[in-house]
Amino acid sequence: MTSDGGGAVKVVPVRHVGRWIAGAVMIVVVAMLVHTLLSKVPNGQTSCHTVNGLRTCHNVVNWRFSWNIVFHYFTTSEILHGLLLTVELTILAMIIGIVLGITIAVMRLSPNRLLSSTAWSYTWFFRGTPVYVQLLFWFNISAIYQSMSIGLPFLNVAFLHINTVALFTPFRAALIGLGLNEGAYMSEIARSGLIAVDEGQIEAASSLGMTRGQTLRLVVLPQAMRVIIPPTGNEVISMLKTTSLASAISVVEVLGAAQNIYAANYEVMPLLITASIWYLIITTVLSIGQFYLERHFARGAQRTPPPTPIARLRHDLKGIGSKFRTPRPAMTREVST
Amino acid sequence: MTTPMVEARAVCKHYAGVEVLKGVDLTVNRGEVTCLIGPSGSGKSTLLRCINHLEKHDAGELLVDGQLVGYEARDGKLYERSDKQICVERSRIGMVFQRFNLFQHLTVLDNVTIGQVKVKNVAPDAAATRARELLARVGLEAKEKNYPSQLSGGQQQRVAIARALAMEPKLMLFDEPTSALDPELVGEVLDVMKDLARSGMTMIVVTHEMGFAREVADTVYFLDRGIIEESGDPRQVLSAPSSERLKNFLSKVL
Repeated sequence: MTSDGGGAVKVVPVRHVGRWIAGAVMIVVVAMLVHTLLSKVPNGQTSCHTVNGLRTCHNVVNWRFSWNIVFHYFTTSEILHGLLLTVELTILAMIIGIVLGITIAVMRLSPNRLLSSTAWSYTWFFRGTPVYVQLLFWFNISAIYQSMSIGLPFLNVAFLHINTVALFTPFRAALIGLGLNEGAYMSEIARSGLIAVDEGQIEAASSLGMTRGQTLRLVVLPQAMRVIIPPTGNEVISMLKTTSLASAISVVEVLGAAQNIYAANYEVMPLLITASIWYLIITTVLSIGQFYLERHFARGAQRTPPPTPIARLRHDLKGIGSKFRTPRPAMTREVST
Repeated sequence: MTTPMVEARAVCKHYAGVEVLKGVDLTVNRGEVTCLIGPSGSGKSTLLRCINHLEKHDAGELLVDGQLVGYEARDGKLYERSDKQICVERSRIGMVFQRFNLFQHLTVLDNVTIGQVKVKNVAPDAAATRARELLARVGLEAKEKNYPSQLSGGQQQRVAIARALAMEPKLMLFDEPTSALDPELVGEVLDVMKDLARSGMTMIVVTHEMGFAREVADTVYFLDRGIIEESGDPRQVLSAPSSERLKNFLSKVL
C-alpha cells in the first residue's frame, strides 16, 4: 500500500476534539432557540366541544411569539407603505451622505486651508452630536426660523424666501437630518479611500497632462472606491436601521407603522417582530448587493476575483460528492494488489 | 542652429533646508539620448522631475523647447503659469517611472488610450487604433485586455512606455525605468528604449545601467551631491573618468 507508484499516500487526519465539542454545544444552543421560537403557551381560555355526547374541554394554546399575528400584519398596506418610506429614506439619505461625504473629503485634502478647516469643522460638529438630537432639531427648526431666505449675510439682500413650516415636513426633516449626519461619517470613509491611492498614480496622471479634477475623477476616485465600498455597505445597512429614529418625528416608516398598529391593538411584541423581520430581509438583500459591488470595484486589484457564493456552494457540493466517491478507486486498487 | 530641447542653467532645488540641486547646468539637443548617472540622493530624479514641473525648481533657469518651465517671462518679470498651461506643457513630455505607476483599475488598452481621449481629445476609436500600434511596438498586443496586476514588471514597464508615447511627446523622461525589475526582465525594457532612441526620440534617462548608457547615450552626466561632476561622451566619461568621485562610483556599479 505504501508505494505502488504515483498512488496517493493514505493519510489519517488529525482529530479535532475541541471542534467536535464546540459543534455539539452549538447544536444544542440552536435546538433550544428553535424550541423556544416554536413554543406554545396557554392563553387562559378553555375550549370545549361535545363529541358523541361526551363533553371534553382543553386549554387553548397560542404561539409564544404570536407568529399568526406577526404574519397577519406582515403584508398589510400600512406596514408595506411604511416599508416603502423606510427604503426611500435610506436611499435618499445615503445619496445625500455619499455626495456630501466625498465633497467634504476632497475639501479636507485641499491645499486651501480655509476649505480643509471648514470640512474638518463639519465632521467635528455632525459626528459630535447624536443623530437623534439632530433629527429633533430639524423637525423643530421652525421654532427659530419662521421663514428662511437665501441672500448675502448682513446686507439685507435676499434671492429666495421660503416658509420653514411648509419646507420641513417630517419626511424632509428626517431626510436632511440623516443625510447631513451621514455626510460626516462618509467623509471619513471617503478620505481614507482617497489617501489609500498610491501617490505614483497621481504623478502618472499629472505627467499625462491631466488636470487636478481629471486626476481625481478618472484615476483617484475609481481606485479609492475599492477601499470606500465595503464600509459604505455597512453604512447603508446602518442607515436602514437608523431611519427607525424618524418614527420619533412622526414619519410613518416601517417602525412607525408598526407602532401605530400596536397603539390600537396592544400587540406590541408581534408587531415589533414584524418590523424586525422586514429589516432583516432588506439587510440580507443589501448584503448580497454589496458583495457584487465590491467584486466589481476590485477589478485589477486581484489577479483572480473571489468566487461568488453560488460558485462556492457548487464547489462545496462537488467537494462533498468527491468525498464519497474517492475512496472507491483506492479500495479497488487494494484488492488488485 | 536650433534651440536645444532642454536647457538648464544653474538650477537649484531644496526641500526643507536640504539642498538637492546646487546649480545644475545641462543641455539636451533634439534627437539625443542623455543619461544621468550618479549615486542615490545625488539629485538625478529631482532634476528629471523639475523638467516636467512635478517639482518646482527654486532658482536658475530651466527651458524646455525654448520655453521656461512653469513660468512666463514678460516685462522683465516671471509670471507663474496657470494649472491648465502646465498641464498642456506636461502632456507633451512623456514620463516613465521606476514603479511603472500604471492605472491599476484600467486594462492595458485603457491605460494607453485614457490620456489621448481625456487630455488630447482624440476620438476613442482613433485612440484605440494608435494604442494597439504602440502595444504592438512594445510587443504586448496580446495583452490589451489584461489588467496591470496580471503582467510581469517588465511587461508593465513596456505598457507604461506605450502610455507615454501615446501622447506623441517631443521629449521622454525615464526615471530609473529598470531599477524595480527582476534582472531577467531588464533586457526587454532596455530593448524597447533602444528602439525608441534609434527612432530619433529625445530622451533623458536616469539609470544605473552603465551598459545602456555606454551603448545608447550621446551624452552622460554624472551627478553627485547636487552638482554635475563630469559630463560628456559616454565612451570617454565611463572609460576614462577624470574625477575621483566618478572613478569611485564606477568601481562600485560596474
